[in-house]
Order: sequence, then structure tokens, then C-alpha cells
Amino acid sequence: MKRRLQWKHLLWIAVVLIAFSAALSPAVAAAPKTVILATTTSTQDSGLLDVLIPIFEKQTGYFVKTIAVGSGQAMAMGQKGEADVLLVHSPAAEKKFVDEGYGINRRLVMHNDFIILGPPQDPAGIKGMKSARDAFKKIAAAGALFVSRGDNSGTHAKEKDVWKAAGLQYEGQKWYQQTGLGMGQTLNVAAEKKGYLLADRGTYLALKKNLGLDILVEGDAILLNIYHVIEVNPAKWPKTNQEGGKAFADFMVAKDTQAIVKTFGVEKFGSPLFFPDAGKKVEDLGK
Amino acid sequence: MDLILEGISKAFHLLFTADAEVFGITLLSLYISGTATLISLVVGIATGTAVALTSFPGRRLVVSLINTGMALPPVVVGLFVTIFLWRNGPLGFLEILYTPAAMILAQAVIATPIVTGISLAAMQQLPPKMRLQIRALGATRFQMLFLLMREARLPLLAAVMAGFGGVISEVGASIMVGGNIKGYSRVLTTATVMETSRGNFDIAIALSIILLLIAYLINLILTSIQQRQRPR
Repeated sequence: MKRRLQWKHLLWIAVVLIAFSAALSPAVAAAPKTVILATTTSTQDSGLLDVLIPIFEKQTGYFVKTIAVGSGQAMAMGQKGEADVLLVHSPAAEKKFVDEGYGINRRLVMHNDFIILGPPQDPAGIKGMKSARDAFKKIAAAGALFVSRGDNSGTHAKEKDVWKAAGLQYEGQKWYQQTGLGMGQTLNVAAEKKGYLLADRGTYLALKKNLGLDILVEGDAILLNIYHVIEVNPAKWPKTNQEGGKAFADFMVAKDTQAIVKTFGVEKFGSPLFFPDAGKKVEDLGK
Repeated sequence: MDLILEGISKAFHLLFTADAEVFGITLLSLYISGTATLISLVVGIATGTAVALTSFPGRRLVVSLINTGMALPPVVVGLFVTIFLWRNGPLGFLEILYTPAAMILAQAVIATPIVTGISLAAMQQLPPKMRLQIRALGATRFQMLFLLMREARLPLLAAVMAGFGGVISEVGASIMVGGNIKGYSRVLTTATVMETSRGNFDIAIALSIILLLIAYLINLILTSIQQRQRPR
């Protein structure tokens, strides 16, 4: 009899525990109409979306599922109709995405910039250079370790643009290593290995305190980091939530949202992480 | 070293102030992994027992497949579950991708072979003559099954621990099928990954400590029951 009782207890513990967590966990409530937002890790890791999305949900009643991946993967999700709206920063790939009919209504949202970081000792001697291209050439010539995202993200695409502009063979070189990880983790890898890398300013500022990497090159026009919002084309994928996607895109370029973007991060990092650009032209940025 | 101490003090701070977000994440982890373990127990113990007590052509192959399944990589499960659950995938009509339900499904797929394999081993190591004896005493088939399971209950409890331990600590599949959505499908492991990449190492350490505490407490309960009932 005694033994039986203990087994029953065990079952009860399991049932009560699960029922208790089910009742209390917020997730189990029936979800209202959902919008799937595929975006880059930088918008999530910087904390910007944690501020914006609750406001959007409150205004519209939609529930946003944010899937933070690289820009490349975000667009791949859009191509398969597995997302409703994209917030990405890989302009060349975006143009192709829209031209091929996968996306519509591509609109400029905001920008910040990429920076070239490296160890304070700066073995390749690039500190203060004005041209990102020349800095990359110098890193290659010195054979100093360069750490790349290698994940088809917007940052990786930008990095490849700079290598291409410099006209250098980088792939397969001993000093060139790819992590295949997000921005935050790649920054940590570069810090540990004392390597150079290209990073977006927002993520760098957010992680700066633990890194020990310095900004060596900044301000070159090629280093602009531009974010667009794109709605997935419902003509291609009828199952997408077109209205929700459009509502989110409209929200991102709305005046109030842009005002929040403008001040986001000032309090914590001393400078804004993003500059709002809705309604502007790409050609006018950074001037 | 400072960082670790900071993380530990942060963990206790979050625990004792019952931080709403961390509390929700912890409960969701328990709910998802607990439900997935229960499902895997039903399926796994039944399958394991069936395979252990019968003989059929190709049995060796089935057993080797089950044993391979015990090492099923969570990311592989995550990838396939994601592909199946895509809106335009074969199970897209369910509309459960990036929900806790999808995470339960993926975790149940991960835990089931573990539970099956251990149940299989547990039932197999019962003395073969025991079955004969039970039948000879006039037990029906179901009575026999019940008695055999009772006899194997201690190793079966190990199956529960291994299954639950496997899924509560799993991150690859959860992040792929759940999406790590704030306040909705974010569990302890995926939150740890995210806080690490955000550079919030103290919170990441705090979450890890909570995860370890949960794993420890649950195994403590199960172990104490298991050891109390050790056959003499």
C-alpha cells in the first residue's frame, strides 16, 4: 500500500506541475492574428524590437512573431512565403528579391553604419584610415587575422562588397576565418582571437564593455548600413498575412515610430544606435 | 571570475524577486518539456515493451534503429519539424510553427527514442522465466504486462529522467521551431543563447543556473523515489 501511494504521488507531482505551468505561462492563451516578422539579429540584439513591437501590438491587436536570423535567411523565408514582412539590411540582395517578385513595397526605415574593429595593438596598422578598402588591403597584406560572419547576413554581404571593391582574394586564405555565427558571437570570437572584423555599430556598442576591441576605421561611405522593410508578395504566396505585413511596414515608417528610433539607445550608450530615414532617398544618406 | 560571481548573485536576485519575465520563461520551459516527456513516455514505454517482449523478423534492425534514435541530434529534428510545419509544407495546415505546440512536438520526437531505448533495455533484462511464471499463475496478458512493468519500474524511472533531461536542456530544435519569441516561445535555453549573443553574460549565467536548479530538483525527486524503492 505504501509503495503504491508513492507512485501516485509522483504522477500527481507531474500533473500538477504541468497544469500549473500551463495555466501560468502567458504563451498558452489563444493567439490573435499573427504576423511573422523575419529580421536580422542586429535589430533584436540591440533591443530595438523589444521596444517597438509591444507598441505595434497594442496599436493594432496583431501578435508579432519575430524570427531573428541573418538577412540572407530572412529573405529565404520570404521567398518560401514563410514570413509576412521583412526588416533587413542587405540592399543588393533586397533589390533582387523585389525584382524577382517575392517582395513588394520596399521602404527605407533607418540606417547606422558598419565599423572596422580590431585589437588595440593594431598589428596591421590601419587605425584612423579613411578608406575601408585600403584598410582591408592592409590587413590582407599584413596577413593579420580577419574574422568573418560567413553566414550570408547583411553584415557578411557588406564585408564581401568591401573585399570586392579592394579587389582581393580572401576566401581560403589562412588569415581569413568564418564563424558562421551571429554578430554578437562573432564579436566575442574576434575579441578572443584578437582579430579584425566588420561589425554594425549598434551591436558593437551594446557589447562593448566586455570586448576589448577598438574602432579603427569608420565614416567611409561604403560602410553605411541601411535597413529596409519589405512586404512579402501575397500574389506569390496566398497564405501570407498581407494586411498584417503591411500594417507592420506602415508602422515602421510612421512618424511616431521614427521618433522612437531616433532616441533609442541614447540613454544607455550615450549615442543613438539608429538614424530614422523614412521617406528619404538612399542616395542622400550620410550627408 | 567576477563575471561568474556576478551571474550567481544575479540568478538569486532574479529568483527571489520573482522577476516576471524569468518566471514566465521558467514555467514555459517546464510546461513544454514536461508535456513532451509525458507524450514520449506513453509512446516510448509502449513501443519499448512491445519490441522487448516479442520476436519478429527484422527485430535486430528495429532495435539498432531505436538505439541510433537515442542519439538523434536535436538540430536535425528541428530542421525536419520546421520543414514539415512550414505554411506551405505537408503539415502547414496545422499552423503551429513558431508556437509552443511545435516545440512540444519537436521535443517529444527527441525524447521518444530515448525513452523507447531505455524501456526496451529495462524490459529485456527481466528474467525470461518470469513471464512464464506469471502466465502459469493464470494472469491475463494485460495483468502480465502490468506486473512486468512494475518489476522494471526502477530502470523505467531512469527513462523518465533521461528523456526529461534530454529535452529541458535542448536548444537547437527549440530555437528553430519555436523562434525564441519574447513572452511566447522563449524558454530557458533559447533565452540563454540570446542573452549571450547580446553580451548580457550575467543574465545568461543566471538563466543557466536556474536551468541547472530545475534539472537538479526534478532529478532529486525522481532519484529519491527510485532509491527508496530499490529492490532488496
